[in-house]
Amino acid sequence: MDHASLGWWGVPLAVLAGAIRVSTPFLFVSLGECLTEKSGRINLGLEGTLVMGAMSGYATAYLTGNPWAGVLVAGLAGSLLGVLHAAICALERVNDIAVGIALMLLGTGLAFFLGKPFIQPQAPQLPAIPFGWWSGSAQVRSALDINPLFLVGLALAPLLLWGLRTTRWGMVLRIVGESAEAARAMGYPINRVRLLATAAGGFFAGVGGSFLSLSYPGSWNERLSSGQGITAVALVIFARWDPVLCVWASLLFGGAGALGPALQSVGVTQGYHLFNAAPYVLTLAIMIATSSSRHRLAGAPAELSVTR
Amino acid sequence: MPPFMHRAVTHLSASVSALAVPAAAVAVSLALFGAFVALVGVDPVEMYQLMYRGAFGTWFSWQNTLTRASPLILTALCTALPAQLGLVIIGGEGALVLGALAAAATGVALNGAPVALVWPAMALAGMAGGALLIGGAGALRQWRGVNETISSLLLTYIAIAVLNHMVEGPLKDPASLNKPSTAPLADTYMIGTLPGSSVHWGLVVGIVCAVAAWVLMRRTTFGFAARMVGGNPRAARMAGLPVGRLLVVTTALAGAAAGLAGMVEVAAVHGRASASLVAGYGSTGILVAFLARQNPLAVIPVAVLFGGIGASGGLLQRRLDLPDASVLVLQGIIFVVLLASEAMQGRLRLFAFATPAAKEA
Repeated sequence: MDHASLGWWGVPLAVLAGAIRVSTPFLFVSLGECLTEKSGRINLGLEGTLVMGAMSGYATAYLTGNPWAGVLVAGLAGSLLGVLHAAICALERVNDIAVGIALMLLGTGLAFFLGKPFIQPQAPQLPAIPFGWWSGSAQVRSALDINPLFLVGLALAPLLLWGLRTTRWGMVLRIVGESAEAARAMGYPINRVRLLATAAGGFFAGVGGSFLSLSYPGSWNERLSSGQGITAVALVIFARWDPVLCVWASLLFGGAGALGPALQSVGVTQGYHLFNAAPYVLTLAIMIATSSSRHRLAGAPAELSVTR
Repeated sequence: MPPFMHRAVTHLSASVSALAVPAAAVAVSLALFGAFVALVGVDPVEMYQLMYRGAFGTWFSWQNTLTRASPLILTALCTALPAQLGLVIIGGEGALVLGALAAAATGVALNGAPVALVWPAMALAGMAGGALLIGGAGALRQWRGVNETISSLLLTYIAIAVLNHMVEGPLKDPASLNKPSTAPLADTYMIGTLPGSSVHWGLVVGIVCAVAAWVLMRRTTFGFAARMVGGNPRAARMAGLPVGRLLVVTTALAGAAAGLAGMVEVAAVHGRASASLVAGYGSTGILVAFLARQNPLAVIPVAVLFGGIGASGGLLQRRLDLPDASVLVLQGIIFVVLLASEAMQGRLRLFAFATPAAKEA
């Protein structure tokens, strides 16, 4: 089967394939943010972390020839930004939302500055696993070329849920997020717990960024991310701070993000920019539908400023 | 110490401290950025000399700086006004873009009408566009409890998509091939420059708006009520203040300020709406508002400072081969250091002399 015979059926297929591809960065950022927010702090700077991860991952992959080294370095760069966020927020009278905005600016600026020499060269890409080997259709095969990072993210979600629910570390994290006073009374180091949670969240977001530059779209330039980071932060609210729900939410947003390119591939170019804005419209619509001015959201960590 | 003198000293030391902490934060940031460029092999002393020359060194650079400062004043008000109510709005870029689009469409549609009609119509359209966007974020916050920081940023991305759609689709000028844009504004509708300079009248518009915003917030009942909501929303509600109306009106005014910046950019600089309106004035405006401690009057000098940093970017690029993102890095460093310095506010030993007197009195 070739492109023409698939015709309009290519749209849902492309949306499905896109849902898997486009959702991966959403998935990693939202899992990381979920962990950070569970500790009672919000990191809006993950947009900057994502761009920084994309740049550092691409640069490392180009310099070392190993894309997996790029993923690791992207995660470490993300943790560094996370540590910076947590360290400033630990000071008195500092607003975590404002620090997030500042790091959004700093992360993006640093990535553009340091990434300038890496816009031209081509870095080695992450290999994909061909799950579509059985199909005769090139489109189905390409749709089922799945990046291992997506699978890692899928496995990570239930693992995080289990860790948060049952392990001692998870309990401490949730106590800090629910009531800093109770945690202080029990002798847990609040700032250190939040620092670790924000650093881990930054690591995930950095890895999500490396997916952007090392798999899909698969190159480094200054227009690589436009709002995926902030969308993923909103997505955590929608997913009610549940890592497994983050997976479904990411797939939904990935599908919305794939709509524009999918329609373009079958020749619908009218309103291309509007279709590309679909994830933002969807995020906003979901936030309007699920927020409430009267009561707190179910599952929201009580220490979280964003829901107060 | 007599009470009036004590009051004066306390007041003075408070304002000196309010000025000293951000100034120190900027100084520390400049040192950090100097170390950063030194690491990539650029002489920081030479860089700062160039930066000064590109920003404030000559009359030419001053004009460039002031031209850039005028939209910054207005986008900073977009963050500073809602901040009086305790809201963090970061959608200035979107309000500017939507205002610019609405103003450009109005200007083209009214082609042939007298200037005295077209300018107010364009300004109103621009302000309405911005007010709709940011007022919308305020309304969502009030009636649906949607976080205004996230929603205002999402609305910005949507506004940029709408701009791109309109200038490449329904409003596209067929003659604009390489760079899609709306039809150009007739020359008679272009806003002129201040006598003897290349700085357009938008600077005056910005300063007037900033002063008006200060008067509104510090000298009227409306502003008093708004700041009371910012101080303690529950107490404000119990005192019978119309919290919802205050919130929506203030956010709409904030959006109108940024929308007006968009109108001025179209009518004084670009002459049409295109993707080049997305120039980062919105995100820099957020930083300007924070550095000005959300004070509408302080926004003016801080906007001039950042207009200067922006104006020097080109010179740094040409002479030192630094990437254009250098300005972004410097802004990011200033923002981070500034927030860290908030913890220092009111704790400087230098100003502690006022405290013992307080016990006396």
